[in-house]
Order: sequence, then structure tokens, then C-alpha cells
Amino acid sequence: MNSKTSISGIPQDSPVFIIDGARTPQLKAGGPPGPFRASDLAVSAARSLLLRMPFDASALDEVIFGCVSSGPDEANIARVISLRLGCGDKVPAFSVQRNCASGMQALDSAAKDIASGRADLILAGGTEAMSHHPVILNNAMVAWLAAWNQARNLPTRIRTLGKLKASHFKPVIAILRGLTDPVVGLSMGQTAEQLAEDFNISRENMDQYAVRSHQRLAEAMENGYLDEVTPLYDKDGNVYTTDNGVRPDSSMEKLARLKPVFDRPVGKVTAGNSAQITDGAACLLLASASAVEKHQLPVLGRIADSQWAGLEPARMGLGPVYAMAPVLMRQQLDSSDIDYWEINEAFAAQVLACMHAWQDQDFCMQSLGLPQAFSSIPEDNLNIDGGGISLGHPVGASGARIVLHLLKVLERKQAKRGMASLCIGGGQGGAMLVERIES
Amino acid sequence: MNKHFHVRYDEQQLAWLYFDAADTTTNVLTEEALEEFDQQLLGIAQARPKGLVILSAKKSGFIAGADVKAFATIHSPEAAKKLILRAHDIFHRLEALPFPSVALIHGFCLGGGLELALACRYRVASTDPATRLGFPEVRLGIFPGFGGSVRSIQLLGHLPAMQMMLSAHSLSAKAAKRIHLVDYAVPQRQLKNTARKLIEEQPPRHRPGLLQRIPGNFVLRPAVARILAKQVAKRVRQSHYPAPYALITHWRQNAGNTAQMYASEAQQVSSLLTGETAQNLIRVFLLQDRLKGLAEKSSFQAKQVHVIGGGIMGGDIAAWCILRGLKVTLQDRAPEYLGHAIARAHSLFRKKLRDHYLVQDAMDRLLPDHLGEGVGKADLVIEAIFEDIDAKQTLYEKVEPQMKETALLATNTSSIPLEKLAEKLQHPPRLIGLHFFNPVAKMPLVEIVTQEDNPPQLIADATRFTKAIGKLPLPVKSRPGFLVNRVLMPYLLEAVTLLQEGISAADIDEAAIRFGMPMGPVELADTVGLDICLSVAEKLSETLHNEVPENLRNKVEAGHLGKKSGQGFFTWSKGKAQKEAASALEDKLNHYADRMILRLINESMACLREAIVEDADLLDAGIIFGTGFAPFRGGPMHYADKIGKTEILSKLGKLEYTYGSRFTPDPGWEDHFAK
Repeated sequence: MNSKTSISGIPQDSPVFIIDGARTPQLKAGGPPGPFRASDLAVSAARSLLLRMPFDASALDEVIFGCVSSGPDEANIARVISLRLGCGDKVPAFSVQRNCASGMQALDSAAKDIASGRADLILAGGTEAMSHHPVILNNAMVAWLAAWNQARNLPTRIRTLGKLKASHFKPVIAILRGLTDPVVGLSMGQTAEQLAEDFNISRENMDQYAVRSHQRLAEAMENGYLDEVTPLYDKDGNVYTTDNGVRPDSSMEKLARLKPVFDRPVGKVTAGNSAQITDGAACLLLASASAVEKHQLPVLGRIADSQWAGLEPARMGLGPVYAMAPVLMRQQLDSSDIDYWEINEAFAAQVLACMHAWQDQDFCMQSLGLPQAFSSIPEDNLNIDGGGISLGHPVGASGARIVLHLLKVLERKQAKRGMASLCIGGGQGGAMLVERIES
Repeated sequence: MNKHFHVRYDEQQLAWLYFDAADTTTNVLTEEALEEFDQQLLGIAQARPKGLVILSAKKSGFIAGADVKAFATIHSPEAAKKLILRAHDIFHRLEALPFPSVALIHGFCLGGGLELALACRYRVASTDPATRLGFPEVRLGIFPGFGGSVRSIQLLGHLPAMQMMLSAHSLSAKAAKRIHLVDYAVPQRQLKNTARKLIEEQPPRHRPGLLQRIPGNFVLRPAVARILAKQVAKRVRQSHYPAPYALITHWRQNAGNTAQMYASEAQQVSSLLTGETAQNLIRVFLLQDRLKGLAEKSSFQAKQVHVIGGGIMGGDIAAWCILRGLKVTLQDRAPEYLGHAIARAHSLFRKKLRDHYLVQDAMDRLLPDHLGEGVGKADLVIEAIFEDIDAKQTLYEKVEPQMKETALLATNTSSIPLEKLAEKLQHPPRLIGLHFFNPVAKMPLVEIVTQEDNPPQLIADATRFTKAIGKLPLPVKSRPGFLVNRVLMPYLLEAVTLLQEGISAADIDEAAIRFGMPMGPVELADTVGLDICLSVAEKLSETLHNEVPENLRNKVEAGHLGKKSGQGFFTWSKGKAQKEAASALEDKLNHYADRMILRLINESMACLREAIVEDADLLDAGIIFGTGFAPFRGGPMHYADKIGKTEILSKLGKLEYTYGSRFTPDPGWEDHFAK
């Protein structure tokens, strides 16, 4: 039999359609926890998406959400989201976690279920409230508290109290630990510094890239290109309609003033040329051909192929190259066949490194085992409305956001094929090939 | 027999007595039910079970109380007393059973229902939010008469019991447990197990502690009674509402002697019950039932509502629908206009629902929808934008084609004739009015404003919806001001005219409050907003033959809009009007009240003559629930009938002579009194 396996694209006879999608504005996380928890963000985006659909929320077969770190009241956050959306008791839901690509993993899991015929209609996406990532008691403190609870009488209590040290009060900041590789101990920024050295990327290149990201997002906002954004309303009556990390007045001079954060004092990666830390959620509605027929759904596009890849954690930023290459090889495509690209901007250095590696003969032959390099990815077709540097990277959400926006770009440009990809902390890459369907 | 109660014996020899009132969804202690209960007790006593458990077979609750409908037909104190003594007798029999008895309470347990539960040895209540225990009797102008005023004191002690009966507030199961009104507050699933445990273990009955018994000491009682009376006086006047004062006297005179307490209870309650206040309050209670009954001609059920207009009215209507379990999409021109409504809704949900999960659920069902994507999914679209004919017409033109064919289209307009608004619709008879009052969460009435061409089914559906969201529906014709504003406006304008004559605002308000209005008219005008009063007055001036008083116009022009601007006829500080004490003599106050109230009554007659509402009872209901008009007076038309034709016409005639044509008696009076 000549049927393709699960990693080799989605069979032509059971296509996976993307109907529509919505996302929240991405809100800068700074200081105190933001007004929305991860499930709040996802519910806001998803309920306005479902409102546009002709079917009832209970018609969904599954709800899948990616989230790196949900809150203590959000265990299996997809189920929390599903119930809060009014999908009803009978719609099952599960959550997925593949670090920075969790949102894309949700789409991939949904696509697999639809392609295999297990489901017809799935709500999938990603959400992350980075500002709510917890501050945790350290283990010494937890051990001390356990001892304190065991201490039944006054003498033992006094003795236990005596053992309490100042170091017990040093908290664990979960978000910082999460952004540090748990195996090799490098922070994500340090892996970007590594790539800058490998591919000889200058501070100027990075800052230029960052300025352009802000300019592109600002222009997209002005032109109303972000119609997938649905406003957020907090309980105090504040309304959030746009990504608030954008700096239209960003410039080389301003960025040049920033000090390196990760490899002090000589590094090149700064807060200005890295992704911002923001809160946000994005979700998409995926459907089989029969669901499209049954509910008379408009179709935005389809998922044509996807790929996950692993590489050394210290160079995790090159993940997209490792994941995109097999997709193009399998589909017998070259860069020129891809109309638009979304490569998540974790770091300017990392996106630039991917572009270098992609067209580097030695790299493609040695590291990817390809006969030759790909033709270059045109800057004008990559992240054309900005990316993580200008609108932030809520880790669980970005994977879904870039796929959704890519489809919106294809629609706007009347183009056919798009590639979305992310690098993943821990040394992985994910890629998803989508095609617009002319309706 | 066995119409209302069923008994079952189980293998542990427990008798389970289910109350399942025939032909109704709510358990009420009618005379017939009480008699059957007595028969059942007799049978159970002979069967000698280990214990008796009394519970409800209804989903709605335990027992809603005694039969208020029957109260309205009792006219002599003797008949009332006979009924009360019979109930005493039956509950004594329950109390004296030689084996333990338990009342299992889930849902409401009010009035006579609570009195029955108090005659059981033990009570167990479910912690479900639907469970409420209380004595609402004083709201009907009486106090607990089936032994409740005696047993509640025996169980809770003097002060907690008196507070419960005087306030008429109902308690949750947990609050009831705290004051020992129930022995256990448990989840619903554990009710029966708890009853078995109580019968098995037979713990001693709760007795109030020393501290709770002291205030009943005969030396202290007069002083305590004075304190209680003082507290009551802060809320209601004795001349308007005698019942709480009678309860305090009953307690002060008899609290030391149980037999005397029972005798006095029967005496006092029967005379209160047949008194004018109670009969009027019972009338109001039954009018409420009549309004609810209007909803029976439809089975319309809305699940999703689309509200257009994120202002105070639109936002509050949306929030109210959410509280009643619906899903609501709320639309306005842009997201910025919706934030305020979301914040207001959140604070309402926090106040009403308290529980974090319930508030979250409510917020999740309220969808801000600036693009209007909810229109096509709604079963009902309510428009609540600013009062502008063009804007509304344009909006309907856009919305109508997107709506489901079966969906209702309603406007919350308070002043524009519906025929005018409907002009540009493809199907003009489709538009109906749902006129909510401000503040939506507090005002019980909704006027169902109808056009001549509205299909009857549409009116029935709108009525049904209104009842389903816990409001009282009143169908009215689409004439300027509809019913409530039309009747209220002359009353307010007369108050403004009095001000113009130099009478102090404090005196004017006191005159109206003495009559029994819940708030003085000047304070009310300031609260509503003088700009809104002015706009309504101008729109109605032709209908009312009343020129708009200059001082109202001047205030608005000066930007003194009332409470919201901090300055109106009163100066406002921290949400309170700065009022001095009233100083006019009683005669003067009566005269001011006559001027204001008679204009209201005369306009009521005009509305009745023009058939704005179907009949005088519905008119009374509308004015009581729409304006708070002194409920103990039974409504403006009932009050007019009470004081009689001669007095109404002679008073109006005199006022007309002095103040002019605005007091000309309505031509409808002759016919009305001829009936």
C-alpha cells in the first residue's frame, strides 16, 4: 500500500480545513499579574469565534489547548475553557504542552484527529498568561513548613522555628526557570547569543530586524490588517483592543542604548531585540470535509503538512530550519513555492540565524543531510506584519497565533501557500504548511 | 383523601410524610391541606413508627407558606381566629408526638411552612442556594400566626426570633444553623441520612442560652420593646404598617407565659389580618400573581438575548438577563462604549451571586459584541440606545434582516410611540416595547408596550419573557408616557411647582412620605436626573395639558442635573441628598400631599378612560410596582374608590378653582363611580 504515515502530511482524501480563528490582543506582562488568567484569555477569544459560527458550541467534538503553565485553578485548562464556553458536559477536552510550540501542537493534535476520522469539528489553540506564572516557595522552605506542621508541642515548635533561615525566603520565579533550559542550564537568550556567534550576526543586524518588526506591526495595525483580534474587557471596565507592546517610534538609536541582558558585558542580545513577554490567546476552528458540508462553513484554508524536529538544546533557535526542511522535501517544494512565512520571533538573532542556515550549503548538507541548500527566504515575505519582538510571545499561544495570522495574510494577498514555524525551548522545532482554499 | 400528602414506611420503621399539594407546583398550606395533614398525623401516630420525617415532593421547595389567596376572602376577625386556632391545634398535635419528628428542608420554607417545621422536634436544611427560611408575614401586614411567634422564641431566644419576624428577611441554611433555627445544614444528598441519624440518636432539643433568655425577663422587656420599636421606626411608620408594632406589643405583654402567647397570637393576627393595611397588602400580593399569570398564554423561551446599547439601561438589562441564566450579547458602536457596562455587571454579579464560580459563569455568559455578531443567534433583540427616532429606525433597518425569523424585536424606549419607530421595518407589527425602569435590578415592573397591530402571540411571548426573567409584566398601549411615566409626571411636576411657590423641598418630600410614598418627589426627580425629567415633561406636556415649570428648565440650563451632577434641587454629597428637617405644620403637609397625589390619581383615571391598561386592578399594580406608590393603600384607583366620589371630586374642584385647569376632574370619574 502506498498510504503515507502520520508524519508525511495529511492524506488528500481526508483534508483538515481551518474555518476561522480569533485571538486576543497581546498585553505586556510587567510586574503584577495581569487582569486575565490563561483561561480568561482563551475564553474571550474563543467565545467570539464561536459566536460567528452557525452551530452551537455543543456541536464540537473536542477542545484542545496548548499552555505551558496554567494557573493552580486551571488543571487541564482545555477542559476549563470548554466548560466556560458553554460547550456542555459532553464535549471532551485535553491540554498539550510542547513549550513554545504548545499552540501549534494543539492544532497538530486536532489535525491528526480529523485526518484519522476520529473527529469532525475541533476548537484548538493556545493561551498563556505569562504575568501569572507563579512565584514558588523554594524546596528548603517547603521542607521546613512540613516540619512545622509536624511539630505538635511547644519545645519542638521552638526548635523548628530556630531552624528557619533567611535563605528559606528566597522565592523561585517560575518564569525565569521556565526560560532556562532544564538540561544544559542555558537561558534562552544565551542560546540566541550562541547562534549570533555561529552565524556572525551583528548587534546592528539584530536591532535593524527589531525596528522593522515594530514598524511592520504598527503599519498592520494602522491598515486594519489584524481583524482576527477580538477585544478584551476586564472587570474594572478597561478595554484592550490592540497589542500594547508595539513601539512605532522604535529606532536604531534607541535600541543601541540597551545593554545586553544574557551575556554581560559583551553579548548582543538585548531586551529590545528579543521577544517581549506578553499575555495572550489564539484559537482556530478545524473541520473535516463532512463538517464543512453539514454546517455550510466558509473555509479559510487547510493544513497541508506538519513536522516536529529535535536538535541540540544549546542551539534551539535553529529549530525552524530542522522542522521546515523535511516538509519542503516531502512536498517537493522549494522556498519560492512558499508565498509567505511566519517564523516566530523569539530573538532577532535566532530568526536571522535560521535565514542564514537555510541557504547555507555546508549547514544544509552536514546538519540536515540534504544534497544542497534551499534558496533564500525573502525578507519581504517573512513576518510581514511583525512578530514576537513587537507583539510579544505568550509561549503557549504563539504557535496558534502565527498559523492564524499566516492564513489571514494569504487571504489578504490572495496567495496560496504559507509556512509557519517556531523554535522550541529544550531543542526542538515545529513547522506547519498551510494552503488557502479559494472559495 | 391523600390528595396532598403521601406517607411511606421504610424497613427501619420510619414514616416519611411527603407534602405534594395537588394541581400545583408549589406546596401551600391551604385549609384543605392542613386538614389532610391532621388526618395523616393521626394515622401515623397510631402506626407508632420510630420517627417521622416531613419532606416535600416538589422540586420548588419545602412549603411556601399559608394560603394568601384565602386570606383575601376572610373578612371577619372571628373567621380568621377560627382558622388560626385550628392550625394551633394541629401543630400542637405534631409537637406532642411521642416519637421524634424531623422537617427536611430544601428550597423555600417560609411563613406557615417554617411554623410547621418549628413544631417538629428537629429541622435539617440543605445548603443549596435555593434554600431560604424566613417569616415574610410583616410584609403582608400580619405576623406569624400558626404558633410561629411562640415557637421561634422558644427555640432561638427572644432577640434572634424577634429580629427574624420583624425584618422579614429570609436566611440561608448556614445562617439558619448559626442561630440554631435548624439542627443541621448539610448538602442535599445528605438530608435523609441526617434525618435518620437524628431519629437514631435523639439529641436533646436546642435551648437558647442565658444571654438569649435575659431580654425576655419581665423587668427588662419594656425597655427592650422600646429599642425594637425604635429600630422598626427607622424603616416604617406605625400609621402605615401596624403589624411589626403589634408584634412588639404582643411580645412585651405576653412573653413570660406560653399559653398567653398562643392566645394573644391568635387574637392579634386575626385582627391584623382583617384590617385595612393587611387586606391592601394581600391585594398587592395577589396583583403580583395576576401580572405573573398574564404570561401563561405563551411557551416562548429565550436562551440568548442580544441587547443593543451599552449605556446604563442597556447594560443593566443585559446584566439582569444574565443573572436569570440567559446568555447575552451586548452591542454598542465600539468596544470603548462597552467597558463600563461590563464593570457594572461585574459588581452586580459580585453583590448578587457572591460565589466566585457563579460570578465567573455569569461573566462568561455576557459577551461584549461591538460587531453585532450575536443578532442572528438571539431569540430576542432589545434595543436600548439613546432616544432618537432616526437612529433607532436606521438601526432596526440594519438589524431586522439579520434576525432569526422567530426572534422578537423589542425597544426600551420610554417616550417614542412604537408606530413611529416601526415605520421602516419590513414587518412593522413585529416591534414591541419592553420598558424597563431604572435601576433595573431593583424595579420589579416592565411595561409591555403594544402597538395596535401587534399580533396577540407576540404580546404573549414578550409577557412570558418578562416573567421568565423575574420581572412583572404589564401590557400597556403605546401612548405618550405609556402608563407609569404618564401618571408619575404630573405628581413630580406638581412637586416642582410647589418648589417654585417657595415651599421647601424637605417639606414637599415629607408630605409625600407621610402619605406613604417610598421616596419624596424632589429627591426622586434629582435621582432620576432633572434633564431626563425635563425631556419627559416636554414630551408629555401636550398630553398632560401642563406647561413645564420654569425652575426645572432653569436648573437644567445651569447644569444642575441632580444626584449625578452633585447639585439639583438638593445638594448631593456622597450619594445622599442634604436635607434639612421638615418644618411645615400637618395641615400644610396634607395640602401639599393632596396636590401631588390627586394629580397622580386624576391622571390614573385618564389612563383608565383611555384604556392604556385593561382595568383598574392592572393600573394599580403598574403604579405600585412601577413607582412604589404606597402599597398599603392598595393602589391609586383602589385608594380613590376608598375615599369615594364625593371627596375626590370636591377636592379636585377646589384645587381647580385655586390652581387652574391642571386639576380639572377627568371626565372618566363619573362613569367610573357609576359602575
